[in-house]
Amino acid sequence: MRTFLRFAASGVAVGLVLTGCAASDRDGGGTAEETSDGARDTFIFAASADPASLDPAFANDGESFRVGRQIFEGLVGTEPGTPDPAPLLAESWETSEDGLQYTFQLKEGVKFHDGTDFDADAVCFNFERWNNFTGVLQSESLSYYWQKVNGGFATSDTPSLNGTGKYESCEAPDATTAVINLKSPLPELISALSLPSFSMQSPTALEEYDADGVTGEGDAPVLPEYATAHPTGTGPYVFDSWSPGEQVVLTANEDYWGEVGQVKRIVFSVISDATARRQALQAGDIDGYDLVGPADVDALKEAGFQIVNRDPFNILYLAMNQANPDLADVKVRQAIAHAINKDALVAQTLPEGTEVATNFVPPSVAGWNPDVATYDYDPAKAKALLAEAGKSTLTIDFNYPTNVSRPYMPTPEQVFTAISADLEAVGITVNPVPEPWSPDYLDRMQGTPDHGIHLLGWTGDYNDTYNFVSVFFGAKSNEWGFDNPELFQALADARYQPSAEEQKTAYEEVNAQIMDLLPGVPLAHPVPSLAFKPEIQGYPASPVQDEVYNVITIED
Amino acid sequence: MIRLVLQRIALLVPTLLGLSVLLFLWVRALPGGPATALLGERATPEAVERINRLYGFDQPLLQQYLKYVGQLATGNFGTSTRTNRPVLEEFLNRFPATVELTVLALVIAIGIGIPLGYVAARRQGRLTDHATVVASLIGVTIPVFFLAFLLKWLFAVQLGWFPSAGRQDPSMVATHPTGFYVLDGLLTREWDASWDAIVHLVLPAIALGSIPLAIIARITRASVIEVQNADYVRTARAKGLRRTRLRSRVILRNAMLPVSTTIGLQVGLLLSGAVLTETVFAYPGIGSFLAEAIFNLDYAVLQGFVLIIAVVYALANLAVDVSYGLIDPRMRTR
Amino acid sequence: MTEADLTTAPSAGDPRAGSDDVGASLWRVAFRRLRRNPGAIAGAVIVLAFVLVAAFAPLIANYDAGELPGRADVRPTFIPGPSDEFPLGIDRYGADLFSQLVWGARASLLVGVLSTLVGLLGGMLLGLVAGAFGGWVDALTMRAVDLMLSVPSLLLAVSIAAVIGQTSTSVIIAIGVVQVPIFARLLRGSMLAQRGQDYVLAASSLGLSRRTVTMNHVLPNSVSPVIVQATLMLATAVIEAAALSFLGLGGGAPTTAEWGRMLTAAQNELEVAPRLALWPGVCIAVTALGFTLFGEALREALDPRSRKR
Repeated sequence: MRTFLRFAASGVAVGLVLTGCAASDRDGGGTAEETSDGARDTFIFAASADPASLDPAFANDGESFRVGRQIFEGLVGTEPGTPDPAPLLAESWETSEDGLQYTFQLKEGVKFHDGTDFDADAVCFNFERWNNFTGVLQSESLSYYWQKVNGGFATSDTPSLNGTGKYESCEAPDATTAVINLKSPLPELISALSLPSFSMQSPTALEEYDADGVTGEGDAPVLPEYATAHPTGTGPYVFDSWSPGEQVVLTANEDYWGEVGQVKRIVFSVISDATARRQALQAGDIDGYDLVGPADVDALKEAGFQIVNRDPFNILYLAMNQANPDLADVKVRQAIAHAINKDALVAQTLPEGTEVATNFVPPSVAGWNPDVATYDYDPAKAKALLAEAGKSTLTIDFNYPTNVSRPYMPTPEQVFTAISADLEAVGITVNPVPEPWSPDYLDRMQGTPDHGIHLLGWTGDYNDTYNFVSVFFGAKSNEWGFDNPELFQALADARYQPSAEEQKTAYEEVNAQIMDLLPGVPLAHPVPSLAFKPEIQGYPASPVQDEVYNVITIED
Repeated sequence: MIRLVLQRIALLVPTLLGLSVLLFLWVRALPGGPATALLGERATPEAVERINRLYGFDQPLLQQYLKYVGQLATGNFGTSTRTNRPVLEEFLNRFPATVELTVLALVIAIGIGIPLGYVAARRQGRLTDHATVVASLIGVTIPVFFLAFLLKWLFAVQLGWFPSAGRQDPSMVATHPTGFYVLDGLLTREWDASWDAIVHLVLPAIALGSIPLAIIARITRASVIEVQNADYVRTARAKGLRRTRLRSRVILRNAMLPVSTTIGLQVGLLLSGAVLTETVFAYPGIGSFLAEAIFNLDYAVLQGFVLIIAVVYALANLAVDVSYGLIDPRMRTR
Repeated sequence: MTEADLTTAPSAGDPRAGSDDVGASLWRVAFRRLRRNPGAIAGAVIVLAFVLVAAFAPLIANYDAGELPGRADVRPTFIPGPSDEFPLGIDRYGADLFSQLVWGARASLLVGVLSTLVGLLGGMLLGLVAGAFGGWVDALTMRAVDLMLSVPSLLLAVSIAAVIGQTSTSVIIAIGVVQVPIFARLLRGSMLAQRGQDYVLAASSLGLSRRTVTMNHVLPNSVSPVIVQATLMLATAVIEAAALSFLGLGGGAPTTAEWGRMLTAAQNELEVAPRLALWPGVCIAVTALGFTLFGEALREALDPRSRKR
């Protein structure tokens, strides 16, 4: 999952505060001044890269999602400041007893930016489009999320994707009712529909600008006009222009069904270097940026900038590959776990407010278990365990990524250094293996058994335990190097528990089981931060980055 | 002269062919191969295989190479694995930005370097001279990215005199018919846009121009000193040639020969330096794009850009040789 | 085609450098001239200091390279400054900055010398082959050299380092290979210049074999510009190694004592501890300055044209 890290985020529920602000601000008057001035209805946000695609169905990276969230809306959104699903274009929904039929009641009177009506036919058009992607469109770099959530396509040349999807059909009994039929249960469907990849797009525009006309067979995919110049959704902002490598510009949708905010123009300014983003804010060139380095927080605050935190909805862990004979010994893994001073690690290298992790899921996710085995910091015990295992002189490869900052791992080099020093202290010789993040690092960790211990993590896509634990331990994988059918089965069973309560209990048991097996050490749930100019108020920080800028206000 | 140009262009062909072979083999020699660049986290081996099939990485090498050269001939330099856009398009989109930057850097380097070198030479051995020599030495020995960083930190972040990043103020609305922002503003009479583009260029251009400036100043100094002491200058002086005429026609003109060659050589240095400078200033040119490609191991871009840059570099050198021919009276007779 | 060979090549044509005796006096004269040049002395002092620090790093540094004595005192938003225990303060990871700089001198010397050696050997091989055989061998070799020079040096180094991987060895090889064409041209150019000299014609007409003439006469007399170039290349190598680190191709652990890496890493800490960027930057610039000053002075001293005056 490319997205895995790219996106991330979490944050304190500024959302509530924001809406309050927005209202009072407007009452406070000064509108005349604002409009005549004109300059302060533009919001400039520094993106770390260009969006990969403006068609969110072909996107799975944070920067595409960031832009897509402004232009598009899905059937399901999130409660402000939480990862929990909430009504958006669908006002309500019902699930059949067997979990095979979902009936959505749609919001009335919504129009796409091109004037096309949003109705049940448009919903079905979008679902059918996703399910009928063919050829290049089925590559993971494009329709990643449909593939992951649905499990396949209507037809495919790849056997594992050919007709293996759970989606069966879509019906539109009337203009405001859409019915989705499934072949087999998909408990996380509603949560998953809050992903930008499943946004509703204008059927007229999709056809007019040849949205599925991805070319470049036998070469990398070249996106069609729709995905580069004509994205058409129902959201509060309309696409204006995109200068690759430089900026993406959006303008307010004056006919938006919801609140048209104070921000009338959004500029996503592309600044790939983290230091350059910070300096651009300090120099006054931009209004805000994401992924603030932990080191910069105090200096920015002192200079009068605001730091907005997202609720951590992520996990940073140290994986221990059991394909390595030394690490196959649970005593060695326990020794490593006891050798690491997690409290010091968090204090020295991670942002303020970061919590030490004990489970492979954050506490806000159902199934987090307070009673798992915790392996507290105890170098003496670590040494004893190593001696017991007959591995007092152990040399181990430690893989870590370079040139990368992830929401769950803002400073990999620092985390690596701190853990290495801890391990060396109990007599383990660490052999550092740095690699560039993409593609070398991930390829080695996930594609080959050739690695020792390594740093990685995950930010949840939406609120679902399965989206965390099963990503790691759902099946035998190169990353962890163990085969435990019992655990795999327990996870699959937990997913299909009939009630939320039973599901929670089942996941709690699985989490305890995982920590007894100790495939890796959960390290922390780092707090991702954004920074803004002092006059920017009400940024809707969201743990799953569902942040739409029409609620932002800019003070004079 | 025309023959010389044609000859040089003909010589370019084997060089480029050789380079294309090297670049082709280079990408194939990469650890993990090109397929991995396309796959994200948690990719399955089946996905790798599918990509290999889709992109033809599983075919015989010779066949792949012929296909590659065939594509090059039609202007197809492949597709960036990071942005999913054609490499040529990416290059052309960003090339105007880098041309503006390097031209201004060169203007700064020449505009300051030549007078500085000349003055130093005229005052050889005096304080001005020593100061120039020392300053130019320091100019060459400070890492470009460090200098860029210092300039940005001081003049953009601390003093706020210049913008810290980009080519244009993001809140500015301007039309760009040519992609050369300074020129665009003049064409469309959006003077403020032109001015804004120039303001954005100043710091990166100074950082980028520092090394060429130092080199040009040194060469100018050395060259002027040499010409001053040459027999024909002494003869001319003895014949009573007026001082101003002597300086402008004889000394400067003859001293400029090695300088003009040096300027041509700076093009390669500027392109190298652009990778570092543009990254520091988040300037959207080919240099920062290349740095991104390096960080993300976007081999299609590395491969394509290196080839295109080699062509640009060769053409720039050719242009310098031609201009050399125009200045040098000995060349003109041929 | 580089600035270097343009300006150094002419110095090879010393008409009096025919015998070993005169060759020795060339160096003796050069030494005398060096002693009178303040730039040369400053350069020599810097180079000497640098080499001494690198050689005696274990004695000078208070801590081992990569050791983290101050680890517990570091916080994300705070890095302790100079103290009695750490004269220049500690870095982001808790290493003693002074010790890291000292060990960094050793790393830089290693990268500089080894990469220049790679460039020199490769260049000598190519230049020797081209210069000695001439004809189509020369043409072919020079085509290959043109090919390498057709790509800007940093791009070439980056391309090479990207293939070999992120290790310090690959940095040495990448920087070395970039120097190969420069040395090759330089050597060939000066050998060609020597070949036309009377003493070579004389030696040939005396019946000496081509090999003997090349090895005993042409090569020794072509060497001085190469030595000058090698000195200047050491400066370039130190700077280019820093540039490769900046582009993330340096390799090694984050705590590796290497100036380029330290400088690059420090740019993220500018808000917290600007001194972390200052010191490695100064070390790189001063070292490069030392080698450049010394190399320039050497070039001037060995240049027969300037000797006439």
